[in-house]
Amino acid sequence: MRLINRTAGRVSRHRRGPLAGLVVLLLGLVLSGALYTAFSPAQADSQASDTEQIAQGKELFLASCAFCHGKNGEGVPTVREGYQIGPSLVGVGAAAADFQVGTGRMPMAAPGAQAPRKEAVFNDEEVAALAAYVASLAPGPAIPNESDYSIEGLSEQERDEAISRGGQIFLTNCTACHNFNGAGGALPRGGYAPTLHDVEGRYVYEALLTGPQQMPTFSNGNLTPEDKRDVIAYLDSIQATPEYGGFGLGGLGPVSEGLFAWLVGIGGLVGSAVWIASHTTRTKKSKVNA
Amino acid sequence: MSIDDKSTAIEPHSDSHLPAAPAAEPIADPGLAEHHWRPTDVDTRAEKRAERQIAAMFIAAMIFSVLFVVSYFAFGVGDNWDTVAGLGASTVSLGVTLGMALLLIGIGIIHLARKLMSDVEMVEMRHPAASPQEDRDATIEALNAGLDEAGIGRRPLVRNTMLGAVGILGLPAVVLLRDLAPGSTLDISKLASTIWEPGMRLVRDVVGTPIKASDIEVGDLINAAPEALFPTEENGYEELEGAPLQSEKAKGAIIIVRMDPDEITPVSGREEWTVDGIICYSKICTHVGCPISLYERTTHHVLCPCHQSTFDLADGAKVVFGPAARPLPQLPLMEDGEGYLVAQSDFKEPIGASYWEREKQ
Repeated sequence: MRLINRTAGRVSRHRRGPLAGLVVLLLGLVLSGALYTAFSPAQADSQASDTEQIAQGKELFLASCAFCHGKNGEGVPTVREGYQIGPSLVGVGAAAADFQVGTGRMPMAAPGAQAPRKEAVFNDEEVAALAAYVASLAPGPAIPNESDYSIEGLSEQERDEAISRGGQIFLTNCTACHNFNGAGGALPRGGYAPTLHDVEGRYVYEALLTGPQQMPTFSNGNLTPEDKRDVIAYLDSIQATPEYGGFGLGGLGPVSEGLFAWLVGIGGLVGSAVWIASHTTRTKKSKVNA
Repeated sequence: MSIDDKSTAIEPHSDSHLPAAPAAEPIADPGLAEHHWRPTDVDTRAEKRAERQIAAMFIAAMIFSVLFVVSYFAFGVGDNWDTVAGLGASTVSLGVTLGMALLLIGIGIIHLARKLMSDVEMVEMRHPAASPQEDRDATIEALNAGLDEAGIGRRPLVRNTMLGAVGILGLPAVVLLRDLAPGSTLDISKLASTIWEPGMRLVRDVVGTPIKASDIEVGDLINAAPEALFPTEENGYEELEGAPLQSEKAKGAIIIVRMDPDEITPVSGREEWTVDGIICYSKICTHVGCPISLYERTTHHVLCPCHQSTFDLADGAKVVFGPAARPLPQLPLMEDGEGYLVAQSDFKEPIGASYWEREKQ
């Protein structure tokens, strides 16, 4: 009590005028009013913008996606049973839309066995709008937060543990299709598992959740969010690790190594043998004392 | 060619190794083309220059060999690698220095051969590959004399027992190979069963956590293992080690997928083996036993990376492509009291590749 009183006394010593109390009161009122005006309408705005975002997303959807996925995202089946021009997007969630559009896989330039990763057609705001629209169709996996897949907050030892654990999970669940190095690989009927190098953690996480194209899903009941985070940490670590043993040749194993050995190695030997045998400088002079 | 030439050519054991030159050659022998000298042959300065070049290459090779030793000790490996341009500095420098040393020695020798060694054309006449007749006769004579001294021909007892001893050497091989034949005495019972038993929980591979049926979504693929391979005090399984652990790990591996129950083509007798579209198969290919998990959610096909055998998991894992002859064995599933997935029993048939007695069990 004494302490508070002493402080109050000091303040009052500096405020000489009799109107000081009134000024403080007014200042407080103005400040709280300003704060209220600053924050309260912001909430109203964000609610409005959710609806607006969905509306914007729907417009984009109708222009760019509806031809294959239907005007309400219900999918367009073909006459062949079980085959679709575009699958239904009801319930795939914002994560699926963010992955497919954010990595440029959708909209597809042409129908085919595989939607390749390419330059994204939409900017971040438009991707967010499309994701919001798709999420509004039915509940589905949401776009993960950075904290879900980042190991920034962990101690160094915890990070090392996460990386080695992620490596084991990766080797068991992912390498069958994506290669031991995450370099990708071929799948039946013209499809392929894409490379995981230079893929943002967010998109890896979304792909695990939603199972794009042929990929099976790894829902949170299958691999926990922590398991997913560790896999992403492992993928980041193998890309950050220098190639201690020399050039990785794409990390594709015996195929690229064999091609290199046969074409560059043996080809180089044959080439230099031919070159050695084909060139010898001769002169027209004859040996003086021959 | 005249008829005389032909008759001498086909005579089998002619002592005249070189055909007699016909009196008059139909086409005159043009002889060797005129030799063109190299600059190093005729110009002393060029010769000295080539000498210096070759010596410089050998000296450079020595320097690279020394650099190899230097870089062996200079660059850190192990926990603290030095790197250069994203590559391991030690590996790169060792490879480059040793490679350059060998390359420069090689180039130096080739340069020596091409610039300084004599390259004047020489003539060496062809001669038959067979030895002269007197050498052949002498060899045969020596061989016969040896045989005669050993007395093999005169002592049929020695000869016959020796032949018998060598011949009977085949018997051990036959006895060893017999174990591969049907009906052998090897213990093959362990091929027929795995560690799975009624009520054993299915756990996620690597992490070892049990799997709740309600947690799995349609489209999920879980690479799983028997709980007995992740012993804890709670589950009370005995800890396996070494070869038995690896063997059970290899045989017990499974894949669990969940699909829409309507998509599953029921196999008669297996109607009760799934839990709400959750279906479980051996992860071991029935062709030669590779682990498979290239699962395509959209087609329900799982592909073996070794020889491209493809199984349709929605249709009893029947083979739709590739060399495998049998569907993947299915593990009968049910839920335990807490909702976790457990095995109803072991696999009903041997997992993995075929063997002789497989169908007799």
